[in-house]
Amino acid sequence: MGLTGSAMGKAMVMQAMIFRAEPAESLRIQALDDFTLIFHRRSGLTHLVTAPAPEILAILQEAPLNRDELLARLGERYDLEDASPAALDARLAELIAVGLVEVQ
Amino acid sequence: MRIGPVGFRVGSDWRAPIAELERLYADYPVPEGGIPDFNVRLFAARPWRRLLRPAVVLGGDFVLPEAAPLPLAQGLLAAEMAMNLQMALGQRRYLLLHASAVERDGRALLMTGLSGAGKSTLAALLAARGWRLMGDEFALVDPASGLIHAFPRLVSLKNEAIEVVRAAVPGGRFGPLIAGTPKGDIRHLVPQTQSIARMAEPAQPALILFPRFGFEPAQRALRASEVFVRLTQASTNYVALGERGFEAMVRLVREVPARAIDYPNADAALAQVEALWGES
Amino acid sequence: MGRVVNDAMPLVRALRDPASTGTLDAAGWTALLAMARAEQLIGTLACRLDGLPMPAAAKRILAEARSSAIEQRRAALWEAEAARRSLVGLDCPIVLLKGTAFAAAGLTAGLGRSIGDLDILVPRERIAEVEAALLAAGWEWVKPDPYDDAYYRKWMHELPPLIHRERDRMIDVHHTILPLTAKPTPDASALFAESAALENGLRVLSPNDMIVHAAAHLFADGELAGGLRNLWDIHCLITEFGSDGLAARAERHQLGDAVARALRQANDLYGTPIPESRRTRDRADRLYRRRLLARDGWGRPTQRVLRFGFFVRSHWLRMPPAMLGRHLWTKWRKGHRPA
Repeated sequence: MGLTGSAMGKAMVMQAMIFRAEPAESLRIQALDDFTLIFHRRSGLTHLVTAPAPEILAILQEAPLNRDELLARLGERYDLEDASPAALDARLAELIAVGLVEVQ
Repeated sequence: MRIGPVGFRVGSDWRAPIAELERLYADYPVPEGGIPDFNVRLFAARPWRRLLRPAVVLGGDFVLPEAAPLPLAQGLLAAEMAMNLQMALGQRRYLLLHASAVERDGRALLMTGLSGAGKSTLAALLAARGWRLMGDEFALVDPASGLIHAFPRLVSLKNEAIEVVRAAVPGGRFGPLIAGTPKGDIRHLVPQTQSIARMAEPAQPALILFPRFGFEPAQRALRASEVFVRLTQASTNYVALGERGFEAMVRLVREVPARAIDYPNADAALAQVEALWGES
Repeated sequence: MGRVVNDAMPLVRALRDPASTGTLDAAGWTALLAMARAEQLIGTLACRLDGLPMPAAAKRILAEARSSAIEQRRAALWEAEAARRSLVGLDCPIVLLKGTAFAAAGLTAGLGRSIGDLDILVPRERIAEVEAALLAAGWEWVKPDPYDDAYYRKWMHELPPLIHRERDRMIDVHHTILPLTAKPTPDASALFAESAALENGLRVLSPNDMIVHAAAHLFADGELAGGLRNLWDIHCLITEFGSDGLAARAERHQLGDAVARALRQANDLYGTPIPESRRTRDRADRLYRRRLLARDGWGRPTQRVLRFGFFVRSHWLRMPPAMLGRHLWTKWRKGHRPA
């Protein structure tokens, strides 16, 4: 994703976007101690992630959401520590960069 | 020759490296059906370089264009490196771990780590104490069964390790001393008869060790995620194997205990190894 | 022990007539597999020979080649998808080229094919935006060499090579299919006009344009490296789509000669069906045939002298002689050597 411009402009853009996760059948997920391994069948890549990545993917797999909706849903299901829109934006950008989440 | 399940054909612009290989691999079987899995070629970069300051370029089915040529005196080393390169770049049936492997009672001990950590040396010393050497460079994991398959090529010993192993293996067959390599002096040890004779026997992985040489004796248990990262970083074909590689690696790190051990000398290491093996 | 193998005809025969491999002995199989690897055709060979009786070792090696080709295909299609996602905001036509295109469109040319870098074609006027978007999405320059960069931007038909920082895979972004300094000037806008969209929005060239591109790459590019594989692509494309309108299309791109030669060579080596009228050989065809077949039973390139000649020719085709001298001297001074 080519995100340029001011931080404010960036935040506004992120707010409007709808995020979609790779479908469950494309992912092989294995939990190991504190980490989760995700094998992405479509890309052949292996990702080692921690919370909240698996949780974000699970929620987005149910339905595509925008960032605020996602934040709310995460709050409903889990105890969120230091969760903020900016933090979630950062996690989403990481997931987009590796191809597990796509902007619809 | 055939090493474990992999057959090689080696060609060369010079007779000498071939003669050395024939001598050291004399007891090894030929490739299955006479058809090798990989071809290796040792050749001169320019026709006149066969005779004038002969330099051996590593060639074969799989090559690294940036690989520097070696002097002809190190021809045996060139052949070994080229065979390793074929495995590293071309092996697709077995998941490759950059580890030495020894076997006892049908169970395999894997030792992995950076160059100089002692994987080859410790494997050779354990073999001298009755363990079966399965390999010193690559351990082959069969994704279908999770078993370790042997790849017992010539054991590559460096610098001080050469004398340590010569002392421990009085009857051992060694290759020539190859001096002046970027890694110092290198000498190859031919695996024992039982290692070659039983190369087709796989073993159940039972313990993974990450040895570190030059420290006071210490050990710690490793978490599966750490082992996963370290093993995949050390595997040249993990990515190429796709999902099969993933499943094989997950199974390995889940089912097999792993320890990091620090050791100051070979005797201390061997004691730690035997103790941990007893516990596993 | 059979006769010494010093050209690649065993590979050509095996692809053209898979059943002919039934008479190979161990040495014959060894040589066939070595040259197939060297020509990047072992995956294709595995698909062509699928199901035929063969020694166990050959079967195993070819099965591994097939699974390797499957993973390569997955990785190649993912690169295309990653490029698509990073360029989606530009609303610009993106045409896949070469192996990735064959795989994405499900063509026979894609079966078992080895695929290396991702090659895409974008309109020349959009190339700066495409470059910016790719850089923002994690690709970076492979070699920051000022001379190369200036040359590339001014004269070449593509951006200097980019590689993805995390995935370590290269992308070549073209705006036409031959360098601007070459004599034939293909009609880039016509390439876009006739391109077809895939389900995901990425595009591929029309079948005739694919053949023209492959022929351009093979004969107008000049080096003929990987020739047997490119020629096999052409064979598959013609067998799948025929050659109606091909000659006219080739003329449109000023590549009539290259395409005509490609048809003759494909017919000669692989038995590709082409109209009788196109079969008359010229004197250079024998030379090209020898160059295409220059591989021995170890997979080593043979015909060294010939190869150097073709390398020089490759540069000559890409730019006028005066520029050639300057470029080669600079390159030689920096230690570049023909492969």
